[in-house]
Amino acid sequence: MTKFIDLTLSGISDGAIYAAVALALVLIWRSTRIVNFAQGAMLMITTFIASAVINSGGSYVLGFAVALASGFVFGAVVERVVVRPIEHAPPLNAVILTLGLYTLLVAVAGMIWGNTPRSFPAAFSLRGYKVGGTTLLFTPNDTFIVLVVIAVAVALALLFRATSVGLRMRAAAFAPEVARLLGVRVGRMLTLGWALAAMTGALAGVLVAPSVFLGPNSFDPILIIGFVAAVLGGLDSPPGAVVGGLVLGLALSYVSGYEGSALVPLAALAILVIVLMIRPTGLFSATKERRV
Amino acid sequence: MTAVRGALRASMLLRSVALVVVVGVVLLLVTESLSSYRNLQLADGAYYFCVLAGLTVLAGSSGQISLGHGAFMAVGAYTVAKLGNAGWALLPELVAAVVVTLVVGIPVGMAASRLRGPYLAGATLAFAVGLPALADKFPSFLGGENGLSINPPVPPSSLGASFPLERWEAWIACAGALVTLFVFYNVIHSSIGRSFRAVRDDEIAASLVGLRVGRRQTLAFALSAAAAGLGGGLLAVVTQLAQPGAFPLQLSLTLLAGVVIGGLGSLWGAVWGAALLVLLPNWTNDIANSFSLSTSVSHNLPIAVYGLVLIGAMLLWPSGIQGGVRAAVAAVRPRVAGRAGRGRPAAVSEAGAGESPVPVSSDQAASDEAAKAPSER
Repeated sequence: MTKFIDLTLSGISDGAIYAAVALALVLIWRSTRIVNFAQGAMLMITTFIASAVINSGGSYVLGFAVALASGFVFGAVVERVVVRPIEHAPPLNAVILTLGLYTLLVAVAGMIWGNTPRSFPAAFSLRGYKVGGTTLLFTPNDTFIVLVVIAVAVALALLFRATSVGLRMRAAAFAPEVARLLGVRVGRMLTLGWALAAMTGALAGVLVAPSVFLGPNSFDPILIIGFVAAVLGGLDSPPGAVVGGLVLGLALSYVSGYEGSALVPLAALAILVIVLMIRPTGLFSATKERRV
Repeated sequence: MTAVRGALRASMLLRSVALVVVVGVVLLLVTESLSSYRNLQLADGAYYFCVLAGLTVLAGSSGQISLGHGAFMAVGAYTVAKLGNAGWALLPELVAAVVVTLVVGIPVGMAASRLRGPYLAGATLAFAVGLPALADKFPSFLGGENGLSINPPVPPSSLGASFPLERWEAWIACAGALVTLFVFYNVIHSSIGRSFRAVRDDEIAASLVGLRVGRRQTLAFALSAAAAGLGGGLLAVVTQLAQPGAFPLQLSLTLLAGVVIGGLGSLWGAVWGAALLVLLPNWTNDIANSFSLSTSVSHNLPIAVYGLVLIGAMLLWPSGIQGGVRAAVAAVRPRVAGRAGRGRPAAVSEAGAGESPVPVSSDQAASDEAAKAPSER
């Protein structure tokens, strides 16, 4: 029973991270109809930058802020330079392009920082809370992770629902031609969408790095699980991404706890295939029908 | 002479046999003169060719993309390693690798035939990451992180006592590549290949003329998985090792780079791609040495080049090396290209792949454009 509670708790904090990655993917999918397979590598780069800041004497908060800022800039640059030219090409081009970007970034990170994973500091203590003599598998740092992800999700929701920029971004994604006629700078909105998404991804990277260590390939499983979470939530819906992330975090935590961590990627694959077969629109999609 | 030509023109089977014999004789002569290191490289190129040929038939003919072929190579390699350690001979071992991968590939292909674009990419990506991890789950059966090692193949005594092992390995791998070439040449130029292309170009039209779209795609996927299994089995024979570290996600992306470089949909493209996958690490090593770069740079340089190639190809040159060669040939000899185009309509749609990495016929491209207008479908 204790094990079940522990797995549930660690599933929640894993799920928060998956939710952040899924949010990043969903934001990009909504604005440009592209699944950004380079997301895992982009958040790896920003986490390395944060690590460099912290190692050269900066505080954790400074490193965190630098990661988010560099993620924002990085996302905007990627959209503007490599994604813009293929936005109207067949979907396969975007898939291959983002995978190429992933490959390039992993190689560049390996060149600069080496392929050996290194440690990354956590914001708060990694010692579990004590409840009545037993130590839970939930740490102050996990609390921090969950709260930060909730804060970001709420902030994004407010941005989209309650601000004029958010309205313009939704218009640009939903009906680019009409939005352009009404004076929305569609290109800028798409760039902003990518920037926000990359920033959310950068956040996930900094949050997850203490537990997976920081190396060029450390975040591959997280990207795939984030993708599954996004599809679970419908790939179109930010609340769906958050719920999908949490559901997947719990499910994979049980798989890992009871069957071994080697099965986690395969379990994610199984969940992905089952979701796509049974309910291809995901659990939370607004669109009625979708070609998968 | 005219009789031979007529026979070749009449029978595809004869043509493919002639092709395989010619290529085989050339390879045989080449291996005689190569150093043992070059022979090993040839063997590497041969098993890469098997995998890339499968991928290119999948992507170019049936229009699907797989990022999971590294995992299929792992299936082939582990089959060969397990059976080799159980005392099987080389040929049945490799046949078993193909059969096992085919059996694994059918259910994966059935799932894949229902997925499109980014969904298919994501699912096969998860497959590539997930499957090699099984070695950790069953350490006593699959050897865990260290994998399974196997004994090197022994050249038959009839070839002489001093026959170099590397040349024998090159022969084995090239034989596998020739079998792959024979099979896929016939698949591409037969009614099966035409049905694949029909499904690729217009699924609705294909199903209206009675093709079962899902089954055709499953068949294409299973065939290409089997080729990847053969490639993986040959890799295990050549490297004498099957371990999860040999089949990372990077391998699947490297294979993708290989087919994109070669140009999807053509067997010649697979040759280009395989050659590049083997030679590029060599070249970048030389470059790194001559500029005395550190090892972390030189190890990652080929990967960086693959990434740049994938990005660059999508931005500048979506039809790959073979597409470029075809365009150059067409520019130099318009008359010949025109005649070839009249004779084989399929070649026209392949050459028309200016926009998409997967050759798409012009009406398909038009309908894609039309579909984009309402933006949601």
